[in-house]
Amino acid sequence: MSEAPVARRPKREVPPLPADQNAAVDAALEAGGRDHTRLLVVLHHLQHSLGYIPPATVRPIARALGLSRAEVHGVISFYHDFRTEPGGQHHVKVCQAESCQAAGGRELWPSLETALGCAAGETAADGSVTLEVVYCLGLCAASPALLIDDEPVGRLTEAKVAQVAARARSLS
Amino acid sequence: MTTSVFVPRDAIALSLDADDVAAAIAQEAARRNLDVRVVRNGSRGLFWLDPLVEVDIDGVRHGYGPVEAADVVSLFDAGFLGGGDHRLALGAVESITELAAQTRLTFARHGVVDPRSLDDYLAHGGYDGLRRALAMTPDQLLTEIEASGLRGRGGAAFPTGIKWRTVANAPATPKYVVANGDEGDSGTFADRMIFEGDPFCLLEGMTIAAHAVGATHGVIYIRSEYPHAIATTQAAIDAARAAGWLGSSVGGQGLSFDVEIRVGAGAYICGEETSMLESIEGKRGMVRFKPPLPAIEGLYGKPTVVNNILTFASVPWIAANGGDAYAAHGVGRSKGTLAVQLAGNVARGALVEVPFGITLRDLIDRFGGGTRSGKALRAVQVGGPLGAYFDGAGLDVALDYEAITAAGGLLGHGGIVVFDESVDMAVQARFAMEFCAAESCGKCTPCRVGSTRGVELIDRISAGTRRDANHQQLLELCDVLEHGSLCALGGLTPYPVRSALRLFPTDFGLAAEETA
Repeated sequence: MSEAPVARRPKREVPPLPADQNAAVDAALEAGGRDHTRLLVVLHHLQHSLGYIPPATVRPIARALGLSRAEVHGVISFYHDFRTEPGGQHHVKVCQAESCQAAGGRELWPSLETALGCAAGETAADGSVTLEVVYCLGLCAASPALLIDDEPVGRLTEAKVAQVAARARSLS
Repeated sequence: MTTSVFVPRDAIALSLDADDVAAAIAQEAARRNLDVRVVRNGSRGLFWLDPLVEVDIDGVRHGYGPVEAADVVSLFDAGFLGGGDHRLALGAVESITELAAQTRLTFARHGVVDPRSLDDYLAHGGYDGLRRALAMTPDQLLTEIEASGLRGRGGAAFPTGIKWRTVANAPATPKYVVANGDEGDSGTFADRMIFEGDPFCLLEGMTIAAHAVGATHGVIYIRSEYPHAIATTQAAIDAARAAGWLGSSVGGQGLSFDVEIRVGAGAYICGEETSMLESIEGKRGMVRFKPPLPAIEGLYGKPTVVNNILTFASVPWIAANGGDAYAAHGVGRSKGTLAVQLAGNVARGALVEVPFGITLRDLIDRFGGGTRSGKALRAVQVGGPLGAYFDGAGLDVALDYEAITAAGGLLGHGGIVVFDESVDMAVQARFAMEFCAAESCGKCTPCRVGSTRGVELIDRISAGTRRDANHQQLLELCDVLEHGSLCALGGLTPYPVRSALRLFPTDFGLAAEETA
């Protein structure tokens, strides 16, 4: 008894990555020693060079590290740091955890959103800044606090929020 | 003669423009043709004085603070290089009341040394502990650690000596030493201070652990929210390796041990040890079932010492001075010192290292100086986002592991967040559930689903919808979370929720007597 031939789905053509993304993936894989246990190292490196992790890079990363695409996608989606869409030129990470709540943060966050022109988790329409919410920056003795492009700003006031916003809205 | 001026590079000092102050001092010194060496030290932990500028005058450090860049010219005019009087003058730093009253064992070098200078570290007792440890057999060293009574400072308070001996006795190789620096609890920054203020101490503690258990490789997991900590710790690793304090023959004694940093990616759950191990292995930070314990099957399935940064940083002092000397501090089964972090709405935010047994009230009043807003204190959360709230009447609890457990709380990583009377505790209880929902790894149902149900129930209670029935259901949900969750995230989220309900029922619209 012969089995019916299995109809194979035609292989979908995968468009090649843009050259800059291809180079960034290579460099990131190199930084991670092409070692699947260093997937986070690879992803951090890639996001640092491109500003985000384009979904199309999942396939070459998975292939190079001997992982499934689901595994790579799973890691990207698990961690709050990793973005799959481009962010703004500047990044403001505002702490909204208890210490900053206790020190008047709840009153300042709306002003920050207004001054930056974007809500938490969003990027300003002009692409100048992405506002991210984080839970604790370890600056709790100087709450409320935020990071702008990895620079800490503590004991936030309305005046300091305005200063941060002026920096964050400047496009280079 | 060169005068040394110290300006901290701790992230909190930087958040208050310490870089501008350091630059202004260097510039003004050059303009006046004065021979000044600006040293970027770590933090003393007296954050309300930051940026705290110190001048070394005949071996005594004189403090000025909080200094703004605009104050620098007047400091020079006042002759601060010679200890001159100024409105910001604090006198000898070591005599500042809140510092002099502390027992600095683990944090003895903080603010004193340049954290990136190995020479400075060695000149201040650095590697004395490792030298003494290497002269002992692993068994003798383990006995010393056991005698110290040291318990894990990350929150679980498990006896460090027992954990290390378990790893030492495990037959599988290679063995690993993993330092948990995923310090995500709000109100805590002690790990960050060690990374930025005395990173060699962490490396020394990990190396001593490696000798005790026979490990060859170490990993330091640092959260991505700590960019300065990562940079300083990497600089220390490079310096230690170059000088032979890490590598194939540590200190020329034949011990082979090296460490690397792994950076987190924004996941509170990765502070849970098994979740962190998954993350180091390049996976989603999903909590593992225990057993097997990491001491038996940890990183890559091999025997692994996993300790908090503070735990490792406590080890060099113990190795240098003996376990009994450490155990002479503290009370009951809580031996040694506790690194308290005062945060939130507190006048004098600080790192306070004191022997176990001090009361919460003493800490907040004597060290913290009350609320920053000047309004009445209403609530205090101890032990991070999973810790219980206390009200003003509950502040006489002593801070030791057993006493605070008996009072319905937990010590956690030693963070204390002060709230004034403007706080709405129903909002805080809701936040505890929201936080759990946002940070749950999703592996177990009570945490993954229960946290979202908890938010909904609190919303209904606050809105007055079947208030008593929903209150009852919330308490039952808390029981399910506490007893049915896989790890401490779901297991402890009920602590802030229940304590807020019990102590502040009227904030939820509940009758005060109903829950009394």
